[in-house]
Amino acid sequence: MSFIKFLVAGLLVTFASLAPAQAAEKVTLAAAADLKFAMDEIAVAFREAHPGDEVEVVYGSSGKFHTQIQQGAPFDIFFSADVGFAHELKAAGQAITEPKLYAIGRIVLWSATRDASKMTLADLADPTIQKIAIANPQHAPYGKRAEEALRAVGLWDTLQSKLVFGENIAQTAQYAQSGAADIGIIALSLAVNQELASKGGYALIPADKHSPLEQAYVVTKHGEGNALASAFAAYMETADARHIMTRYGFVLPNETAAK
Amino acid sequence: MPTAEDLQAVLLTLRLASTVTALLLLIGTPIAWWLARTKSWFKGPVGAIVSLPLVLPPTVIGFYMLLAMGPWGAIGKLFNALGWGALPFTFTGIVVASVIYSMPFVVQPIQNAFEAMGDRPIEAAATLGASPLAAFFSVALPLARPGFVTAAILGFAHTIGEFGVVLMIGGNIPGKTRLISVQIYDHVEAMEYGRAHWLAGGMLLFSFLVLLALYSRRKERIDV
Repeated sequence: MSFIKFLVAGLLVTFASLAPAQAAEKVTLAAAADLKFAMDEIAVAFREAHPGDEVEVVYGSSGKFHTQIQQGAPFDIFFSADVGFAHELKAAGQAITEPKLYAIGRIVLWSATRDASKMTLADLADPTIQKIAIANPQHAPYGKRAEEALRAVGLWDTLQSKLVFGENIAQTAQYAQSGAADIGIIALSLAVNQELASKGGYALIPADKHSPLEQAYVVTKHGEGNALASAFAAYMETADARHIMTRYGFVLPNETAAK
Repeated sequence: MPTAEDLQAVLLTLRLASTVTALLLLIGTPIAWWLARTKSWFKGPVGAIVSLPLVLPPTVIGFYMLLAMGPWGAIGKLFNALGWGALPFTFTGIVVASVIYSMPFVVQPIQNAFEAMGDRPIEAAATLGASPLAAFFSVALPLARPGFVTAAILGFAHTIGEFGVVLMIGGNIPGKTRLISVQIYDHVEAMEYGRAHWLAGGMLLFSFLVLLALYSRRKERIDV
């Protein structure tokens, strides 16, 4: 009965892998989707500085992580795209540190099917643009700012029928990248990534058209006592990490202005 | 209480499921008939392709559908050439995706019914002078009726439960692609648990009743 043997072998392997991993420390980060490329690089740099330790990064919408951490999700640090979510977690007793500002995000117009580099929000009324991708304003901070910017130029109502909503800012970028949406309002940090930069230019949306995308992180209750979590938080302040963030178009907060 | 937006999502979901079920009964019946009766070498590959959605994660279907429907994809180019407009982020787009996604749930019960029926009724009809088409409509279809009912119920229910594919190609547009499942997801992410409960609880009850109807029916008729 080779099948039974196979089954038993499979079960043994499964049990063996359940045994606790040895020694090395591990930190799990929940990061807003706009950090996708920047945080990947920072994690690589951090691993080089901490050989043997493990860093795991999960990307998604800040609203989703906020909900999941409230329900006890096993993330050690939460990098929110909106300081508001970080404050709420702190207030709910789910964070053990004060929200720490780590970057100011920017939104841009980006398209894979046309040159967006000279475009402005007003050009979105162009009838040849049929689908505009934005992140879901209900729970994605970048979507909220896109809505604010469109409202600021008085186009929110007229463009309603053209809007499609990504679950987070990375999916929104992917809607535009696949050409399924004619244009997207996405994070600058994603538009400058090689994948997207090689396909099309971007146009910055003036920062005065929306409230600032103040991004903050907190160490969660789950990360309490995890030395590697504190080490990673400290690493965000290093020149290396800050250099990577700047390269992805993030404006770094003035240390004194941080709260 | 459910809001107008929630009700819109419910109505949209019902409209999608009805459209997809009707289309699948039309498209799936000839496929099931062929699969049930053919001796062709293609039976294996075609059966496997029809059943792929049973195994594939919705993200695989969603990913390839998005690329295929985009301006550089085969389906996207075809629709553009025909002047039908773009498919992603439209109701038509999620109908097309759902037809593919729910195909095995409709084809397999019908195929099983045709196979259980065997060749004899059709042969008997032919002996009595019925044309193949007449034999199909007056003999095969009535005999396979329980299979069709099962197929319709499963196709409808499975389409209602769709989430991954629609999230990937739908774009979450109210009244067009924001289905109940997507609306629940949004409520949960926005911490609107009260509103999520109305829809999620409703889905739970609905799904239970559908399966109850299906399994109670199966007790009476063991022939499918």
